[in-house]
Amino acid sequence: MDTFGLLADGLLAAIQVQNLLYALLGVTLGTAVGVLPGIGPALTVALLLPVTYRLDPTGSLIMFAGIYYGGMYGGSTTSILLNTPGESASIVTALEGNKMARKGRGGPALATAAIGSFIAGLIATFALAFVAPWVVKAALAFGPADYFALMVLAFVTVSAAFGDSALRGITALFIGLGLGIIGIDLQTGQARLSFGIPDLLDGIEVTTLAVALFAIGETLAIASSTSSLKEEVLAVKGSVWMTAQDWKRSWPAWLRGTFIGFPIGAMPAGGAEIGTFFSYAAERKLSKHPEEFGEGAIEGVAGPEAANNASAAGTLVPLLTLGLPTSATAAIMLAGFQQFGLQPGPLLFTNNAPLVWSLVASLLVANLMLLVLNLPLIGLWVKLLTIPKPWLYAGILTFATLGTLGANGAMSGRLGPIPFSFELLILLAFGILGFILRRFGYPIAPVVIGLILGPLSEQQLRRALAISQGDPLVLVSSPIAITLYIIAAIALLVPLYFRLRGKGALLQQMASDED
Amino acid sequence: MSLGEPNLSRRPDGAAFVIALVLAAIAAVIIWQTSLMRVPPIQAKVGPTVFPYVIAVGLIVLSIGTAFSAFRGSFPAREKINYRPVLWVVGGLLAQMLLIGWAGFSIGSAVLFAFVAKGFGRGPLWMTLPIGFVLAFVIWFIFSRGLQLSLPAGPLERLIP
Repeated sequence: MDTFGLLADGLLAAIQVQNLLYALLGVTLGTAVGVLPGIGPALTVALLLPVTYRLDPTGSLIMFAGIYYGGMYGGSTTSILLNTPGESASIVTALEGNKMARKGRGGPALATAAIGSFIAGLIATFALAFVAPWVVKAALAFGPADYFALMVLAFVTVSAAFGDSALRGITALFIGLGLGIIGIDLQTGQARLSFGIPDLLDGIEVTTLAVALFAIGETLAIASSTSSLKEEVLAVKGSVWMTAQDWKRSWPAWLRGTFIGFPIGAMPAGGAEIGTFFSYAAERKLSKHPEEFGEGAIEGVAGPEAANNASAAGTLVPLLTLGLPTSATAAIMLAGFQQFGLQPGPLLFTNNAPLVWSLVASLLVANLMLLVLNLPLIGLWVKLLTIPKPWLYAGILTFATLGTLGANGAMSGRLGPIPFSFELLILLAFGILGFILRRFGYPIAPVVIGLILGPLSEQQLRRALAISQGDPLVLVSSPIAITLYIIAAIALLVPLYFRLRGKGALLQQMASDED
Repeated sequence: MSLGEPNLSRRPDGAAFVIALVLAAIAAVIIWQTSLMRVPPIQAKVGPTVFPYVIAVGLIVLSIGTAFSAFRGSFPAREKINYRPVLWVVGGLLAQMLLIGWAGFSIGSAVLFAFVAKGFGRGPLWMTLPIGFVLAFVIWFIFSRGLQLSLPAGPLERLIP
């Protein structure tokens, strides 16, 4: 069957009443959690993953699609009204969006973000549907050595290519890779680094690590801060609707953002923020009102928001077709698939086609629901933003432990006569790790990606070496692998060069952008 | 929380040296534990020990790099830690962990909730504990009855049929 037929079948599955309800529940929960300050899409997905455990795989993934898109939408609301973006991809939205809100144009800023997200999501999801089968076809020609090279490329791009220090990025990645060794080796059944503790034999749960690093690490970081940042939630005054002028200026920005964001997300390059930065730069260059930039230009919200959503849909291309997560959110989604014994990759498309296509179709459905639901409900989401910090973080931690217990509630530890949950102990330990990482400027996402991608890359490496009977030259003997290694080397060295040369200029720019 | 600005003093950074040491220690533990594994000769070349050794070597290199970076003082500037709230949050997590197995989800989480709120400056405990309890109990009911999650039940949860 061709792509169109498969997608139509998927849509038929997605609009069954039960599945629509799952999507609705996912979208609502995702937005509600995503809108809370300090909670980005990755944490939203990690916190809500346990909610979907008891559903069947299709229902669960449909709800998941809703949570994913809802969380993204919620994040942009927060950054426009609060100017404390929960995720790096929203930084650019906060730049112009918050300025607009300060001028009493919060409504149109939220509207252009919502409609832009919808249009970008729509185009990008269709692009995903049409690109994915091609990638699957290409991926079927990949051998284990090529897969390993691809994962090395992903490792480099998520850890070293972006961010302010390659050293700290790669260190974060290796911490994740090290954690990935813990547990039973799948190929030989031998225990590794488990120190005789039975709970460690299953390895470290990706969701536990993500929730610990993002939720508990963040809570500790905020709690420890001595300078109390003043945060004011800006009221949405006046009409939510955009003027004719706003529409005219937003349209081209939405489309440009989409076409910048999707390819960047679809490449195994990682990070939605790069697309948003490019889009912001493009809008600033092309705008007829360059003087408004920095003062609340609507293009500066419309473009990056569209790019953000398009690249989020784009990250599903490597995730679904190659099993390659390139963002923390995608890593947690991969863990969600593994929960059901599904391994994303070319085989998933052939063996589980209905499931994949109903997932893609429910992305379209979730996208439409967000648009219909969220513009009228903006008032409600703004209320969520005004929850005082003590209640907010007390609630976040209660939910974080709830999710962890939901995934593994066994009281397997013992302290004297008191039974306790070993999973909660791991949660606390990694929470403290997350706090230290934040404090010293280490990025968090590479740890999560290292944990889930490490064992997968080891599997491919060993497969490749087993075929060649231990000859390491097999790793660089195919043209695909060589090309991927060259790209990885460029991705590692070029930013290094820029950092060495352009550091002064960049810092100056940062200083002048402060208000 | 890091502020992203470079450490302008450029003095050697003691805490960052500790990170370098910890990385080296982790590498040592990985090498030690992996060397204890008995690998059948047939797997010697591509067995389960190759990857851990590669990661350990990587960590050693990163540890050296971190030490250099610490010496040059190139880590971002850090704020002073306010320890009291951090201890409340960590204490809350520990208390919940130790309570939840026998007292149940609601009581354990109520203590967590109240301690975290206290850490962020909201009290007193006699007021926040009941609030936390009611919230946790509602959550327990929704998730364990509605969504069939296995959440630990204590004497109070068992009162609900």
